[in-house]
Amino acid sequence: MTSPALEARDLQVSFHTGRNTSARAVDGVNLTLMPGQIVALVGESGCGKSTLARALLGLQPLAAGEVLVHGQALPTSRSGIKAYRRRAQLVLQDPMGSLNPRMTVYESVAEGLRIHGVDREEERVAEALSRVGMRPPQRFYTRYPHELSGGQRQRVVIAGALVLEPEILVADEPVSSLDASVRGEILALLLRLRDELGLSILIVTHDLGLAWNVADRIAVMYLGRIIEEGTTEEVLADAKHPYTRALLSVVPEIERLEPIVLVGEPPDPARIPAGCRFHPRCPVLQGGLPDEVAARCRGEALPLLPVQSGHAAACFALT
Amino acid sequence: MATDAPGPALEFRDVHITYRGRDGDVPAVRGVDLTVAAGSSLGIAGESGSGKSTLISTVLRLQPKSATVTGQVLVDGEDVLGMSFKRLRALRWAQASIVFQGALHGLNPLQRIGEQIAEPITVHDPKAARGDVDRRVGELLEQVGLPAARARAYPHQLSGGQRQRVMIAMALACRPRLIVADEPTTALDVMVQAQVLKVLTDLVDELDLTLVLISHDLSVLADVCQRAAVMYAGRVVESGPAADVFERSAHPYSRALAGAFPRIGDASFRYAPSGLPGDPPFPGDVGQGCSFAPRCPVAREDCATGTLELAAVAEGRMAACRYPLVDDRADAHRGDR
Amino acid sequence: MTMTRPGFDPVSPTSARQVTRARRRASRARTWRAFRSHRGGMLGLVVLVVFIALALLAPVLFPPSTISVTQATGEPMSPPTAGFPLGTDESGRSILALIVWGARISLVVGLSATVMSMLIGTVIGIMSGYFRGGLGLLLNRFTDWFLVIPFLPLAIVLATVLGASLINIIVVIGITSWPGTARLVRSQTLSIGARPYLERARALGAGDAHLMRRHILPNVMPLVLANTTLMVALAILSETTLSFLGLGNPLAPSWGSILDGAFTSGAMTVGAWWYVLPPGLCVVAVVLAFTLIGRALEDIVDPRQQGGR
Repeated sequence: MTSPALEARDLQVSFHTGRNTSARAVDGVNLTLMPGQIVALVGESGCGKSTLARALLGLQPLAAGEVLVHGQALPTSRSGIKAYRRRAQLVLQDPMGSLNPRMTVYESVAEGLRIHGVDREEERVAEALSRVGMRPPQRFYTRYPHELSGGQRQRVVIAGALVLEPEILVADEPVSSLDASVRGEILALLLRLRDELGLSILIVTHDLGLAWNVADRIAVMYLGRIIEEGTTEEVLADAKHPYTRALLSVVPEIERLEPIVLVGEPPDPARIPAGCRFHPRCPVLQGGLPDEVAARCRGEALPLLPVQSGHAAACFALT
Repeated sequence: MATDAPGPALEFRDVHITYRGRDGDVPAVRGVDLTVAAGSSLGIAGESGSGKSTLISTVLRLQPKSATVTGQVLVDGEDVLGMSFKRLRALRWAQASIVFQGALHGLNPLQRIGEQIAEPITVHDPKAARGDVDRRVGELLEQVGLPAARARAYPHQLSGGQRQRVMIAMALACRPRLIVADEPTTALDVMVQAQVLKVLTDLVDELDLTLVLISHDLSVLADVCQRAAVMYAGRVVESGPAADVFERSAHPYSRALAGAFPRIGDASFRYAPSGLPGDPPFPGDVGQGCSFAPRCPVAREDCATGTLELAAVAEGRMAACRYPLVDDRADAHRGDR
Repeated sequence: MTMTRPGFDPVSPTSARQVTRARRRASRARTWRAFRSHRGGMLGLVVLVVFIALALLAPVLFPPSTISVTQATGEPMSPPTAGFPLGTDESGRSILALIVWGARISLVVGLSATVMSMLIGTVIGIMSGYFRGGLGLLLNRFTDWFLVIPFLPLAIVLATVLGASLINIIVVIGITSWPGTARLVRSQTLSIGARPYLERARALGAGDAHLMRRHILPNVMPLVLANTTLMVALAILSETTLSFLGLGNPLAPSWGSILDGAFTSGAMTVGAWWYVLPPGLCVVAVVLAFTLIGRALEDIVDPRQQGGR
């Protein structure tokens, strides 16, 4: 069995919200990314998915748990982390903000190489730009970000990540700020990179349609925990957890499911409900469950989903 | 729904809007004809540069001063562009109103929600009693699903979805007959989007309003609106029943736009992201012939020359394409729907 | 949204850097053109150039003997004549010679004090804005502490302790004006620090030094430069004040010390306007020149360029 490219074990990340209070943005997560796999981390705002992604890249300190890269723990020393950066890269949501407006395309792509002191800079920059579809690369060297379109900017950001030849790519909402007709190209690019370079990609998104388009596996997050996980087909075509089912039901143009519009807002990570964290909004619980089950929903904490165990969902009503 | 309405609630007649730019004139809207029947709903879809936001800004004559508008914009039969300012003031908000994107800068961060909702009411009726105004504000908040007590909150104390609902409440304050919602759910999560759309559609049904919904998300329009019009580079390239425009698009651009919203459960969308090469054109960057031809996957030689008009392709459906797609030529993505 | 314009000439890899440099030159030329169209800025620049020319040519126009007290040839306190266009002081020296030499002192002191203040202020400002934890807070408190040091008492104390000299004046002005720059830089750093491209650089493996040097500093500099020209104006004004109070080098004829001389020799009582007005007007002119230039730079740098990004 090959070891996972990236793995999170019992991961927790906290933020201080006041003098004595803290919010658990990530409250215990097991997640694996196998080599050459595309995993979509799906959830709404505030569920902790972006924080989890950054913790996996070592950009966010952990409160508990560990991150393993090919079976080895994430380095803690400065030089260790810097070396890790070459192996795992980040693509952010807003390509306009991700590029320094005063740096040309060439400089932005070459930045990573300069930080790590890599040679044959121009050759590598040209190759990275070609790979993301900006050909001939020389034509773009001296452009500034504001002279490019949104899709091109995102390609430059991806080229900047690729130039370090990483094994792992974490993309946080890579296409949500792009025009709809442009998204397909960027997603196709990510698929191509997986096929050609064997990249393992973790895509953080709130868009279930995107996950259906490109992901092999999906992990659904709610309030800091993964509440359902499995292959894309299993989770989206045969969702088990009430939250996932509700999310799917409100995607426009899905006619299989009766829309279940949840009431209220996702609660604050600083005040996580007892028992199942979804139970205050759970339509299944509201619809009526046997007393013993309902009691468990309200009072008993659910265990974390184990690592890559087929299709699993954290719900008492299913057992 | 609408009984014997005398005429369309909103009509655009050959509207052209040109901005005076630093390097010359930029045509943002290049001849749009649209009709919205009273009590019905129309969705307008388009991306950057399509001109949709510019077009609907004319409904309340809110287009920027640097914009020149020709043609007619008729609200309940009256041309907004030619109206006296006094008549325009009476029309604004009390006959037609706009729901802006609440997520961004639609709300004044320094004023309580209740005061902001009350503002249009007091502007239109300066003599209204304070108690009546407060009661109306409370009524509006409850209509959008927020407790009346929230009137004392500041915008930063509300979530994105709640702020958007406040924008809807504000738009309904003076009991208009026509509501234009400009990208009301962009930047919202799918569940919050569902909540906001539910509030909007319930209210439109209950109060028998006419709704014009702007979005780049064709699937939302197909779900919510009766009819849809797709805009590209300042022109309407397709119009018809919303479900048809989304699922059985006649214009290649509509089909490409629809394809960008994958149908979950449809195997033909797996590992097959569909998009268009290039980018939506900059307003004014369009040449001869069909403005979509450079990016069109099925363009032919003569598509880049001559002029293109909307032509009927089926009952109640129009498309501006010389070679519109018909069902039996639809590609694999149509699948087995 | 902008599109790529077709027809852009492809450049070979090795000359990419040269073309980038050419682009930077072009953008500097654009800034110059924008400045040229700014009437106030141009006026300020012309005035400044005149004064700089005078300062540079001082030894040529008026050899050092003309400002030496012992070698003065004019009648004391005499009004303007052909030989002495601005009259003479109480020792018979030409006021015009004093003014031209005074330009040197005032400009040099003003500029060096400002450079000192700008360097300290930028470094501390960036660091206090970049480091969020203890160091940042510490530097912020440090800045606040210096912000409240009163300018005049410090100058008097230093002059008493170390003796009156121009170096002291430069030090005093530098010490009391760097916090202003630091605060400006700090707030700009804070706003840049929140931008995604810093996070991206960190994700690429950049350390703090790289982030501060390559990302924060270039984005902070335009604002600092505009602010600097305004600070020079203040520095010159401060120097004039201190010299007038006798805290500067009594032998160096700065405009402030000329005014001091006018005051102590009772020029105002005897109506010797030629002794009092010229230095004052010069100070006003130079300060105004710098202020106009600074305002013009602010207009050019701030809204237009940064708005489109």
